[in-house]
Amino acid sequence: MRKNGVKMIKIKAKDVDVFYGKKQALFNISLDIEENQVTALIGPSGCGKSTFLRCLNRMNDVIDICSVKGEILINDFNINDKSCDVVRLREKIGMVFQKPNPFPKTLYENVSYGPTIHGIAQSKQEMDEIVETSLKKAALWEEVKDRLHEPGTGLSGGQQQRLCIARAISVRPEVILMDEPCSALDPIATAQIEELIDELKKEHTIIIVTHSMAQAARVSQNTGFFHLGQLIEHGSTDKIFKNPDNKKTQDYITGRFG
Amino acid sequence: MNLILFTFIVLLGFTSYYFGRKKAYTIQSTKKRLTALPQFYGYYLAIWCAIPAFIIFSLWAIFEPTIVKLLVLSDYSNQGYLDDELNLIYEKTKALSRGQFTGEITPFIEASAEKYLSLRSIAQSSKVVIVLSAIIASVAYAYKRISSNSRTREPVEKFLNAVLFTASLAAILTTVGIVFSLIFQTIDFFKVIPLFDFVFGTHWYPAKAFVRDSSEALDPSMYSDTFGAVPIFAGTFFIAFIAMCVAIPIGLMSGIYLAEYASYKVRQYAKPLIEILAGIPTVVYGFFAALTVGPFLKELGTSMGLEVSAESALAAGGVMGIMIIPFISSLSDDVITSVPQSLRDGSYAMGATKSETIKRVIFPAALPGIVGSILLGVSRAIGETMIVVMASGLAANLTLNPLESTSTITAQIVVILIGDQAFGDPKTQAAFALGMSLFLVTLCLNIVALRVVKKYREKYE
Repeated sequence: MRKNGVKMIKIKAKDVDVFYGKKQALFNISLDIEENQVTALIGPSGCGKSTFLRCLNRMNDVIDICSVKGEILINDFNINDKSCDVVRLREKIGMVFQKPNPFPKTLYENVSYGPTIHGIAQSKQEMDEIVETSLKKAALWEEVKDRLHEPGTGLSGGQQQRLCIARAISVRPEVILMDEPCSALDPIATAQIEELIDELKKEHTIIIVTHSMAQAARVSQNTGFFHLGQLIEHGSTDKIFKNPDNKKTQDYITGRFG
Repeated sequence: MNLILFTFIVLLGFTSYYFGRKKAYTIQSTKKRLTALPQFYGYYLAIWCAIPAFIIFSLWAIFEPTIVKLLVLSDYSNQGYLDDELNLIYEKTKALSRGQFTGEITPFIEASAEKYLSLRSIAQSSKVVIVLSAIIASVAYAYKRISSNSRTREPVEKFLNAVLFTASLAAILTTVGIVFSLIFQTIDFFKVIPLFDFVFGTHWYPAKAFVRDSSEALDPSMYSDTFGAVPIFAGTFFIAFIAMCVAIPIGLMSGIYLAEYASYKVRQYAKPLIEILAGIPTVVYGFFAALTVGPFLKELGTSMGLEVSAESALAAGGVMGIMIIPFISSLSDDVITSVPQSLRDGSYAMGATKSETIKRVIFPAALPGIVGSILLGVSRAIGETMIVVMASGLAANLTLNPLESTSTITAQIVVILIGDQAFGDPKTQAAFALGMSLFLVTLCLNIVALRVVKKYREKYE
């Protein structure tokens, strides 16, 4: 989104290095993410795009041997700083995973999970509203409103993924990270999710890792191309797909490798 | 002799395997395609070697003793001996032939012993001859039969199927046999002792039954107030309850620690260490409870002005709980670890802390397995014998005071069956009745466990 023609930068990564044990997975990544836009991260398997995504909500903390260096500024605050509270950070930055991972609980409990642990809802009524609006925003409400107390694992793959999106947006995050959210879904479910992403960017900044170039072209405004742990090129999706500066980017996009 | 024969047959089996395979290779070398891998031809011949040997061996084992006995005793058939006397003569004969006979040796018995020995050696050598010729005949027949298009794979597979089926059948039949013997003995027991007295009687004093002279006629009235099972059922559940009070919290918490909090290194050492607890023989726990924990509790109690029995339910239950910890901890560690990482990631990504994730996501997902591990622990506690016998005494007090001594079903079975006993005596049958009720209790527990697990599984998967 531009205010008076100036790009609003939501996330600013500066010289980010990531190591798995002694092996370096990301080299010197610097990348700006625009607010209320969809940024796609593309690149061949193992290039580090998911690793980078997981740096943004410090999910790499979960992996013992993983260490992250460099600065990642979100709203001008360095999340790699010791003073950063991971719980608050992850409240602000939601995540949707490659494989739909609803909790083995009811639909209602799935969506109310975040608001419960962050103490957002003051009453049962307020919680009902949060669940309803989240499911509506995730375009799932009409399909499930009569079975909110059935297990979330009973839904179809596409519905499960939308449930996970509803779960992520229930705490009104500023940023939503999506790690190949459609790779386990059929084309119809994929189309639904892509439509949803377009809708969600009005209120959230979205970063999506995808293997599908077509998907990146369809949903994103900005694209970053990763290769062997390095950010080769980034810019507006139009430019990356039509007129890339780097030869490698062009080769990848035209399907010559990857 | 049998051992040599057996070794020889095994060698023959290997040889026929070798020849079968060799024939297959020969067929192969004539550019004909085989219907199975050469090994199958080998196995096929080995099976043709094993089956006749097995059949003849088992026939011999069944019929040889009977036939020899018949032949030996045929000398005495017209002399008007009774069956019992004939049996005695036969036993004497056998003892003499082994050189273990100590009584007066009569010419008759000496003759029988010689006859017995010669019959045995005839039987033995004829067995060797028959087994070997049967094997050679059948292997030769099978060897001639195999050709490029004969079927060998299917018979071998069928044979394996049959072997595996027999193995599981043996397990099932044993179970059925045990259950039926329990049932019949229990029924006999309840013919003497009314079911009502057993189930609702509050006085268990089997020692009263020990004084009966077995030649006396059975008088049911003398057993009234002897076999009332309420105190020992109460004791069983009470001690199991104390044990679970120790085992469930410690086991579960250490399971959760191992699965979620411990670093890889700690887990690597801690888990085997905890599992060592499970390998300690229960009798060791028993004397630990009787010699260390019991006296310690007594002293502690005395210093606080409480009256504590040296053999207390608390000592037995507490030590039993420690014994059960590794079952619960190790099993719940396994089920918690097997909860998919994606669920943890989903929860962490929502900003949940580790303890919130465990409480709200992992624990519910792992609940069926955890319930299963707890119920397994409960059936261990109910079935545990040694610790109770050693640490909680044998007097079946009806009490809910953990500082007093009490007794359990299993401990009472031990009391009843130690020493000489006669089948058909109510005292002995009481053990079967107890065993039967113990079996019913654990069966119910298992059914409940399965139900619980199934219910949650339906809900969560």
